[in-house]
Amino acid sequence: MDVLEIRNLNKRFGAVHVSRNISLSVPDGQCHAVIGPNGAGKTTLIHQISGVLQPDAGEVVLAGRDITASKTWQRAQAGLGRTFQLTSVLPSFSVLENVALAAQAKSGSSFRFFRPAGREADLNEKAMRTLERLKIGDRALVPADDLSHGERRLLELAIALAGAPRLLLLDEPMAGLGRVESAMLIDILADLRRSIPMLLVEHDMDAIFQLADTVSVLVDGRIVAQGAPEDIRNDPAARAAYLGDKGQ
Amino acid sequence: MMRVDRSFLVMALIFALLLAAPFVLPLVEQTYLLSLLIKAMLLAIAAISLDLLVGHGGMVSLGHAAFVAIGAYAAAIGLESGIENILALLVLAVLVSGLFALVTGALALRTSGVYFLMITLAFGQMAYFTLTSLAPYGGDDGLTLWSMATLFGSDVVQNGGQLYLVILLTLLASWWGVHRLSNARFGRVLRAARDNPGRTEIMGFSIFRYRLTAYVIAGMIAAVSGLLTMQHAEFVSPAMAAWQRSGDLLVIVVLGGLGTRNGALLGALFLVLVEEVLGSIFHEWRLLYGPLLVLMALHAKGGLSDLLFPAHGPETTDATRANGEQI
Amino acid sequence: MSLTLFLIQCLNGLQYGTLLFLIAAGLTLVFGVMGFINLAHGVQYMVGAYLVFAFQQLTGSFVAAVILSMAAALLLGLLLEHFVFRHLYGRDHLAQVLATFGIIIFLNELAKILFGPGTLTIEPPEFLAGSVQLTEQLRYPVYRFVTILAGLIVAVLLYITVTRTRVGMLIRAGATTPDMVSALGINVQKLFMIVFGVGAMLAGFAGVIAAPIFAIEPGMGDNILIIAFVVIIIGGVGSIRGAFLGALMVGLFDTVGRTLLIEGLEVVFPPSVSNQVGPALASMLVYILMAAVLVVRPQGLLPAKGAA
Repeated sequence: MDVLEIRNLNKRFGAVHVSRNISLSVPDGQCHAVIGPNGAGKTTLIHQISGVLQPDAGEVVLAGRDITASKTWQRAQAGLGRTFQLTSVLPSFSVLENVALAAQAKSGSSFRFFRPAGREADLNEKAMRTLERLKIGDRALVPADDLSHGERRLLELAIALAGAPRLLLLDEPMAGLGRVESAMLIDILADLRRSIPMLLVEHDMDAIFQLADTVSVLVDGRIVAQGAPEDIRNDPAARAAYLGDKGQ
Repeated sequence: MMRVDRSFLVMALIFALLLAAPFVLPLVEQTYLLSLLIKAMLLAIAAISLDLLVGHGGMVSLGHAAFVAIGAYAAAIGLESGIENILALLVLAVLVSGLFALVTGALALRTSGVYFLMITLAFGQMAYFTLTSLAPYGGDDGLTLWSMATLFGSDVVQNGGQLYLVILLTLLASWWGVHRLSNARFGRVLRAARDNPGRTEIMGFSIFRYRLTAYVIAGMIAAVSGLLTMQHAEFVSPAMAAWQRSGDLLVIVVLGGLGTRNGALLGALFLVLVEEVLGSIFHEWRLLYGPLLVLMALHAKGGLSDLLFPAHGPETTDATRANGEQI
Repeated sequence: MSLTLFLIQCLNGLQYGTLLFLIAAGLTLVFGVMGFINLAHGVQYMVGAYLVFAFQQLTGSFVAAVILSMAAALLLGLLLEHFVFRHLYGRDHLAQVLATFGIIIFLNELAKILFGPGTLTIEPPEFLAGSVQLTEQLRYPVYRFVTILAGLIVAVLLYITVTRTRVGMLIRAGATTPDMVSALGINVQKLFMIVFGVGAMLAGFAGVIAAPIFAIEPGMGDNILIIAFVVIIIGGVGSIRGAFLGALMVGLFDTVGRTLLIEGLEVVFPPSVSNQVGPALASMLVYILMAAVLVVRPQGLLPAKGAA
């Protein structure tokens, strides 16, 4: 079954056609990567999936539910978890509280006015488990502001995971990471992808070839090639448009 | 944990002093001070509710006095229409103010930041002018009340009874309520939305709903302050809704320290004190008060709580953050 | 309502609208370019009115008083900018609100001390006294015509400055993409000073021309400041065209709409009801207009592109 299905997505900014008939799908247990040169329309695509922008035409279907017109928070409730290209966390909250809040979003009503949320054991335990899974459990009580860049990336991922997502939308998770950190994150994601399908937008080719089951090449708002990583590596159109472009 | 206990300690100390005041002050023939303390406590109740918006929610409202005034007027009009029980008037005041908060809040929260500030200011002014045009209830001049509310016929809630104590208990209840609320699930979402609305929304929270709920709660608490203000002054007037009163409330929460446990209370006591001391030195005390605010804005960032109790508890960190954050 | 009364109300609305525009334009520019929320803008309007009163007493000439007042209003604006506002541009809006609230309290009190708490009036100059016969029954004061004209001229000049000149280009760029302006290596501080000076002059000018029409009193700037905010919310932040449209709408709504509403109620309801509801509803009218705009277009009718 396809967890995410995007059908004929179209978006224009004035005369610029930034998404042209984009269709792609992410089946259960798989990682679908989107690559493309800068300005190809990757960010616009992500925005349309996460609800920052509305497409002019086309549909976004998450776990069988049409979320094209849904608000951002409704998409999250429907099971979309995402990380940002530029990390976005709650700086004054502790690491644990960041993740516990994400868990709170999926665990009953938050219109509760009396009982201290910080003492809700199930939220804290869930958050702690997620942090430990990403190996930053020892940083749980530190303010998120004090984390290193790499740790923040992991915290973002933890926030996304704590929401028990049906699909992870990862926007350049490797950006700004060193070699060691990247390798570690790739390991973590490789571990995760069988249980949580992913749509991965990334520049790091190592990451893509290690993680992706399918790759779509986006150029000028259009998907010019789609297939297994090995096929894409040898696809002339993809090479010309993207890999060649990168070589210049 | 130590720091948390400390802010509770400060609170307990202030409450002990406030509780002792009506017994001690008459002995030293300073009953005038009691009315000042009442004024400060009534301001503090309204300021505590405003701090829920500004300090915890990052919503800078410049129309909060309108809720106080609407609460007071709702109660006064109820009283004039023959409702005498203060509990019935309480329900009336809270409902009317809450309804006004629901409607204006839903409109104001379609925007954010400085727009929100301007819109709350405008709706506050609308309330002010509407009250001045209520000719049957005194119009511009306000309305003097000849009989006051009772608690099932008892005068315990009147000036001749234990109104001081009632106000003190209400203050304690508001303080406790907002304190609990800010640490509960709801308050956590509210603070998250203040720090990073985009992230909070993407976690799956409709921040509009949480903010609107907070706005309505704050309006309701302010209405309680309005009801008690009416009961104490035995008079209501549109001046209660003047935008300068909203400004004063904002000054109080900023002075006291945003989002801190005791900030609103300290700020209210301080403001009443400043007004009294400066005012007793010379009549045109506002000539000093104005520049004082300018200096505060330019130099002091953490508010009184930070100044008096500089230990950085987790809440103070929040407050400094809210200060630095663009609303 | 008779046609004559209707026309007079329209002219009054236009006159009020142009006055609101002068105030709202400065406010919206300062906010659009610097992101600075200046509550003291209204009190600067009040200062303009007091200045023209004082200078007319001193010089005996209205024209001299206008010129001197404008210069003094500019000076006050620049002093405020230099000593207070400049230090608050980068700060959060709460600090700006606190500081400008303090300035309002100070200047209102100062006006009360220097000129007394009562209202003052001045007469329009002799050469602008009298009224024009428009129709057989309709006479309208010359001075009010002149203020409408002055407001429209300033509006046109401002619009040309913002759309056609280099400074205007920077102002527009500043209102939409502030980072761009500094990236271009423009002296931002100087740009801010110019914008602020213009805003102060506009507020002062509004006060000056309003002085012979309205009563001069402490706090006279506070209400008009809030109405100017309503204008900006309706028109859209940072936009001169929006401020103009919003100002005329509010001006006409508050005069013509008010009369029409009260007369309409009298037709529909018995006097006992309409006499009570009418004034209350009339005083809510411009805010209801604002609410309606917020429902339909929360960003205002003609927002500066990209501005918050």
